Amino acid sequence: MKLNRRRFLGSATAASAILSAPALLGNARPRVVVIGGGSGGGTAARYLATDSNGALDVTLIEPSRMYYTCYFSNLYLGGFWEFDALGHDYGNMAMSGVNIIHDWAMAVDRDAQTVSLGAGGTVPYDRLVVSPGIDFVDGAVPGWDVSQQGKMPHAYKSGTQAQLLKSQVENMREGGVYAMIAPPNPYRCPPGPYERISMVAHILSERNPTAKILIVDPKENFSKRGLFEEGWNRHYAGMVDWIGPDFGGDNVEVRPDDMEVVIDGMVESVDVCNVIPAQKAGKIADLAGLTNDAGWAPVMPQDMRSRMDDNVFVLGDASQQGAMPKSGYSANSQAKVVANVIRGELTDSRIFPARYSNACWSLIATDDGVKVGASYEPGEDEIESVSSFISETGEDAELRRQTYEESIGWYNGIVDDIFG
Amino acid sequence: MRHSTYLFCAVALTLAPGAALAQAVPLGDPAQGAELYQQECAACHQIGEGAEHRIGPKLNRIFDRRAGSLEFDGYSEALPRQGRDGLHWDFPRLDAYIANPRSLVSGTNMGYPGLEDAGERADLIAFIRAFSDRPQDIPEAAPTAFAPEVQLPAEVLEIEGDAEYGEFLSASCTTCHQRSGDHAGIPGIVGWPEEDFVVAMHAYKQELRPHQVMQSVAQRLDDEEIAALAAYFRALRRE
Repeated sequence: MKLNRRRFLGSATAASAILSAPALLGNARPRVVVIGGGSGGGTAARYLATDSNGALDVTLIEPSRMYYTCYFSNLYLGGFWEFDALGHDYGNMAMSGVNIIHDWAMAVDRDAQTVSLGAGGTVPYDRLVVSPGIDFVDGAVPGWDVSQQGKMPHAYKSGTQAQLLKSQVENMREGGVYAMIAPPNPYRCPPGPYERISMVAHILSERNPTAKILIVDPKENFSKRGLFEEGWNRHYAGMVDWIGPDFGGDNVEVRPDDMEVVIDGMVESVDVCNVIPAQKAGKIADLAGLTNDAGWAPVMPQDMRSRMDDNVFVLGDASQQGAMPKSGYSANSQAKVVANVIRGELTDSRIFPARYSNACWSLIATDDGVKVGASYEPGEDEIESVSSFISETGEDAELRRQTYEESIGWYNGIVDDIFG
Repeated sequence: MRHSTYLFCAVALTLAPGAALAQAVPLGDPAQGAELYQQECAACHQIGEGAEHRIGPKLNRIFDRRAGSLEFDGYSEALPRQGRDGLHWDFPRLDAYIANPRSLVSGTNMGYPGLEDAGERADLIAFIRAFSDRPQDIPEAAPTAFAPEVQLPAEVLEIEGDAEYGEFLSASCTTCHQRSGDHAGIPGIVGWPEEDFVVAMHAYKQELRPHQVMQSVAQRLDDEEIAALAAYFRALRRE
């Protein structure tokens, strides 16, 4: 009941804002601003613009002119995908009616309902969608901060970091050691670090077969573990060593200048060190006052509406919504729910009950693809899984090849859905 | 005649389900089935001793075989794909396929419109089954258990889909299936006849069709929602 009342008040405020805000004089169209042009924000912007047929004024604020997807950047690392094929520009999104501002969103004034830009000036909104992805938690891995990313790359935001890591792996000395400092939960793309291990192992087994891979992991368990371990044994026997918390995987320090990793007091010399630190919501979510003590932006399960502000929605990796993993697929799925709700609230179109879904494909070796996924619905307090599936160990090679081909179909499908 | 065939099956299952599974239950009349085979199937499919592939593959030993797994050049892309996903020819799936090939395998090359009468299908399958391993001879052979009715009631097929709702729901399809109709790795679903769409989704929902993602998607869609999606995708045009 309290929620309904708040929502009612929220929309009344929005209506009066339209009448009073000077920037809106002579512009009757309700304004939606989207911060972040990735899988969440990009999808939301495009769907809002397309589905409303111009009834909404949709502005996307995204600093990059070219978006490089994180998904499939591991395949690039493994030599299965071209770097250029990870990049997508915003040309078609602009053609679909989204006003695109390539700049940083510096702050959000939630009382005035404006977003201020790096180059100066503000953009007013009636509804705001915040989809900034992740940032790293300061001090999560002692000895590492972003200033060290040139020596010990995270490669967890695609783009140049992915290129750097690939070059380091390819140029590693014969018989060298690749170490990954894996992140604690929750983090972007749960199978991602382990797919990356598979791709690094693939390159090394071809170019540098005496090299070793060390995973230093604070978690007791990880996504698709049975499938990955089966694959590592089958394709890369003896190459991959996983150090879980029982053996000090949760007590690690790095020394970038010396290329050393200290695991539970034991010093290991390494040749490549891929540090994937603990994560939190992208900075603008925090600056906008949308995050909680855990560093994520809590949202309502019905529509991804911020628990801090009825006029704001938070999508994708930055949100804390319940059972959905932080993935591009999840963000894309959430964005469609948000687009439907915002359009309904601002243009009186129909609002349908939320449906969410996710699937994650991972490549273990050439033509050896696996997948995991689930359907989700809003529960009382958070989004809940209603059914799930996962590839099985021991599947035949033909099915695994088909699953890999399916993942390529999915990639082409989702980037077409977002970027056109 | 047809009626009594059904009654017999129902009784067998109700009274002694264990026995019904352990023994080959005579599902239909194989002699009637042989006649039907000549009328309906023989122009494309050979069966029996010395059978060869013709327009369609030979049907010897089809029970329990993975779909699209013979050395046969005429398969569609879709049939072996479903086979790799796990489609095997057991009774309910053969029954569904003969009833309407496209309900089970949308892109099949089998240009057969389907056999509507469930009793006739039972006769036909009883005949075809005689050319596969039988449980009374080889206990490990595929069971002959009769499956629950897989045909969709007319009222489900007649639901007029709410295309606007379908457009909203379609958002969970277009993450993978491209709106343009492109189909590399994942089949295209744009512009399908509504009935094909509806029966395909129900076949996933009933887990007759094998794909994990699609079963998961279909299981939470109700009849209206499936109709809504069908209406929406029917109206989309391939680019």
